[in-house]
Amino acid sequence: MELTTILFLILSTISIGSAVMMLMSRNPVYSVLWLILLFFTISGHYLMLNAQFLAVVNIIVYAGAIMVLFLFVVMLMNLNAETEPMKNYRLQLVGVIAGGSLLLVLISAVMKIESNEPVLMLVGDYGLIKVLGKLLFSKYVLPFEISSVLFLSAIIGAMVIAKRDVPSTTTASKELKKS
Amino acid sequence: MNMDIKAYIILSLILFSIGVVGVLIRRNAIIIFMCIELMLNAVNLLLVAFSKMHALSPVAKASPTFASDAQVFVFFIMVVAAAEVTVGLSIIMLLYRNTRSVDVNFLNRLKY
Repeated sequence: MELTTILFLILSTISIGSAVMMLMSRNPVYSVLWLILLFFTISGHYLMLNAQFLAVVNIIVYAGAIMVLFLFVVMLMNLNAETEPMKNYRLQLVGVIAGGSLLLVLISAVMKIESNEPVLMLVGDYGLIKVLGKLLFSKYVLPFEISSVLFLSAIIGAMVIAKRDVPSTTTASKELKKS
Repeated sequence: MNMDIKAYIILSLILFSIGVVGVLIRRNAIIIFMCIELMLNAVNLLLVAFSKMHALSPVAKASPTFASDAQVFVFFIMVVAAAEVTVGLSIIMLLYRNTRSVDVNFLNRLKY
């Protein structure tokens, strides 16, 4: 076996195992930690595919920013294993069977493919920061700028939604109460 | 030093199916949200693998940025996911503040 195959198998085993552990763990904090491990292994896959920019961005954005936000919200809500409601094992079994049949159908469809093209692992500079940066600021400069507007609207939306409601003291609601 | 594309397809399918199973069986809204992130990551991994598969194909000879386009696409998926997470988590916070619970079975009436 080649070195890349061994590395691929190790990374895949860790990522599938941590995904399953994320589902199985009762405490939401452990789920978040397993998901962070999963994101690190996916970054390892990106590194093996020579997509260095995406590997770094995956760690910074997903494992760094998004999962910290998840962890923050979980700890703010003070959820633990005791607050998890009693589960219906029959419904869970049905869910696992449904997901397993989806996986079975998709894999059997993929196995029908005759051509088996190889993925070029360490060849080419398509994923380097230099190439992607030039592309991002020439061909994709309009989506890049629009994404800043998206972020602005996401910030404002999050602040408006999560704002604590003060008791309504506007004139309209007062008149509504009088009538 | 090359891998088969089928190995990457099967890995992505397994991760995606685990995400689907998680959405189906878990009742905590935050865990369901994390499973959606897992599905997004499975798709991202498959996009990068396909970009490296087509890097030396005849189609890629015509346009020089063929393989890098997919990786810019993955970058934009990450950008949208980050924006989605902020709004979604604030909605979950609002639900928790109103009902003191994040169990989705209690949230099936859309009104309180």
